Amino acid sequence: MSTLAGTGGLVRLILRRDRLLLPLWVLLLGLLPVYQAAAIDQLYATPAALRQLYDTVVGTPGLLALLGPLFGATLGAITTWRAGLVLTIVGLASLLTVIRHTRADEEAGRRELLGATVVGRNAPLTAVLLVTFVADLVLGAVVASGMVGLGLPAASSVAYGLSVAAAGWMLAAVGALAAQLTEGAGGARGIGLGALGLAYVLRAAGDTGGQGGGLGWLSWLSPIGWAQQTRPYAGERWWVFALAVAFVIVLAAAAFALLARRDVGAGVLAARLGPATAAPSLRSPVALAWRLHRGMLLGWTVGLAVMAGVIGSVADSVNGMASGNAQLKDLLERLGGEKVLSDAYIAGAMVIFALAAAAYAIQATLRLRTEEEGLRAEPVLATSVGRLRWATSHLLFGLLGPTVALVAAGLAEGLVYGLVSGDVGRELPRVLAGALVQLPAVLVLAGIAMALFGLLPRLASVSWAALAVFAFLVLLGPLMQLSQWVLDLAPFSHIPKVPGADVSALPLAWLLAVTAVLVAAGLAGFRRRDLVSSA
Amino acid sequence: MTATAIAVSGLVKTFGPTRALDGLDLTVTTGEVHGFLGPNGAGKTTTLRILLGLLRADAGSARLLGGDPWADAVALHRRLAYVPGDVTLWPSLSGGEVIDLLGRLRGGLDPNRRAELLDRFDLDPRKKARTYSKGNRQKVALIAALASDVELLLLDEPTSGLDPLMEAAFRDWLNAEERARGRTVLLSSHILAEVEALADRVSIIRAGRIVESGTLADLRHLTSTSITAELAAPPNGLAGLAGVHDLQLDGSRVHFQVDNSQLEEALRRLAAAGVRSLTSQPPTLEELFLRHYQTDLPAGERAEVSR
Repeated sequence: MSTLAGTGGLVRLILRRDRLLLPLWVLLLGLLPVYQAAAIDQLYATPAALRQLYDTVVGTPGLLALLGPLFGATLGAITTWRAGLVLTIVGLASLLTVIRHTRADEEAGRRELLGATVVGRNAPLTAVLLVTFVADLVLGAVVASGMVGLGLPAASSVAYGLSVAAAGWMLAAVGALAAQLTEGAGGARGIGLGALGLAYVLRAAGDTGGQGGGLGWLSWLSPIGWAQQTRPYAGERWWVFALAVAFVIVLAAAAFALLARRDVGAGVLAARLGPATAAPSLRSPVALAWRLHRGMLLGWTVGLAVMAGVIGSVADSVNGMASGNAQLKDLLERLGGEKVLSDAYIAGAMVIFALAAAAYAIQATLRLRTEEEGLRAEPVLATSVGRLRWATSHLLFGLLGPTVALVAAGLAEGLVYGLVSGDVGRELPRVLAGALVQLPAVLVLAGIAMALFGLLPRLASVSWAALAVFAFLVLLGPLMQLSQWVLDLAPFSHIPKVPGADVSALPLAWLLAVTAVLVAAGLAGFRRRDLVSSA
Repeated sequence: MTATAIAVSGLVKTFGPTRALDGLDLTVTTGEVHGFLGPNGAGKTTTLRILLGLLRADAGSARLLGGDPWADAVALHRRLAYVPGDVTLWPSLSGGEVIDLLGRLRGGLDPNRRAELLDRFDLDPRKKARTYSKGNRQKVALIAALASDVELLLLDEPTSGLDPLMEAAFRDWLNAEERARGRTVLLSSHILAEVEALADRVSIIRAGRIVESGTLADLRHLTSTSITAELAAPPNGLAGLAGVHDLQLDGSRVHFQVDNSQLEEALRRLAAAGVRSLTSQPPTLEELFLRHYQTDLPAGERAEVSR
């Protein structure tokens, strides 16, 4: 098997390159369902409570669409439903891992370097598939052993672990195939994400009808659907795993067949040509920034709007779901707002959207650092573009991009919630206001990223740690009963729970002032410092 | 218009413990093509980045086109074009888009020259930058700079990554077009032959200092030829000849370096012994440094010099 020569060495190379990332997602995603099982066990301690939750969920198409089908009223079955998104996220992680070590390497020219050594043609793809398959299996083992540890049946827990692993395997195979198609890693990721999105939507559409619904067959067109149709803790259907394995074999075989036919660096789909001359509008740093940011802007806006729409569609049914469960009611109120549970649910979801928008704010602002490190800032700054003009061209997207995405989320959520509850005129402005009040806190993160970029460029990625700390404080801080001054460190803690609470302008104005100071410090620092090209 | 395009004196730049520039002096006269010669890591790129206001000097003074490179960066950049040594482009933009964008940001691009350069360098401007090879990325940056309406060109190892044919196209363009236009060019390179072919004056940089500066004629004593020959009989009196260095005799094979001023005499003596085969090469930068500055290159520099 000379085409596989060097696979072992490449496996070690992948493990070395991903020595932090791989254990991180394997462990975090593996523990997530276990954590959720423990939380559900605490909140719904009696079979009667579980039964009531089951009845509510099965009667709420939006919840089934969001997370997946629910097959039983036991703790295990409800956990697999509640942690339904884990399948998609594991699939996503596996997909991106495969593309990162195949097409992305090829595009960067590293594949060529390896290809000239004693490495067989099939070795790189084989190596990354091996690593990803084993990682998914370990993840499944973490899930299974955690569930057994909580006292759930062993055989069912193994089936659940395997179903999570199978979702990862299938999407890894999708990634392997997508990586053969385009010349650019971005295009391959696009195809893979499109396939994952389609799998999610098909499953969501099929699951809305509940069991035996007219559209139920749609779930069977989706790999994610298959993983769920194995029905762990609800009369396992082991034969569905055969479908998953067959899917993996067919796609992987197709990927290897394409690999054997194409040149290194080439894709099956021909690369599209661009224009020979630039459009007249492409003549300023802002125009360049628009070209570089527009895909990200569209992705975040559509993504947040779709998620918000789904939340809006289920918000009205939350009242019924928590009725008779004082503990859950209490939790939601502490997390979200006052009085009406739906309002609390919407305000709570807004915090999540705000955190997502803040991640986008950091990502867009740190594009400055990416450009600087990638040596693409240098040619622009060597033209008659000043430091401030260049920096603000990207900062514009760091500030306006999250604003647009959050407004879109507010509009989508308000509109759908209004339609479901039957009063768009009342609900749309209330929900939109809930999104808008989050903005000052979101923009603080763009400010932090800008300040770090200008003053401590090598530490720019500390912005992400700041977001992680803030997210921890605002999501788990109240539950852990941390003292108020600690909670106040997070900008999101100062945001009123809208809809529901009254809005006072002062904290919002303070947050905007903090952002302004951070941005000004960052810009001033960047004007003064050397360009730092390598980390 | 000042007669001195670039005037640098006593420039110092440190990066942590590394002293990248150690009192560098450099003068470039308006209208000349100035070769900036040195091994990689000697401080060429650092000097150019300071001249562009991308880095700030720790000590010393630098004037560029009569202005301060740091304070007057934007105004000065309207009058110059820069080709980085390591060209990276935005993957989603086509080559043509990058050329136009950079030209417009500088303040203008001559469409006729743009078209002619595309033709000469044989570049397809419709391809996305992600599909370009290193050489093609280099061409994009070169075309964007050469087609710009500017008075000063700062070129950092502009031919790295170009194939010999394209290297020749670049030399032809510089020798014909740029000389006719009278633009000032600062051309950094680690290839002696390239600088010899293009430059009016040369400054040699080593470890952050200029060790030699002058016209090509001034530096003629630096240029020697490396000769390997297969002879019919042992050569006579070669060892004693002034200007012959590093002589190695191995039976009938002989290898040595000779200053170009003594080349004729050395060849006469070889001919007297009967020549069966003969190869001659210009010296590498490493040989040159070994001979003239009696210092071996630090290990880090050496790896990239040989060519």
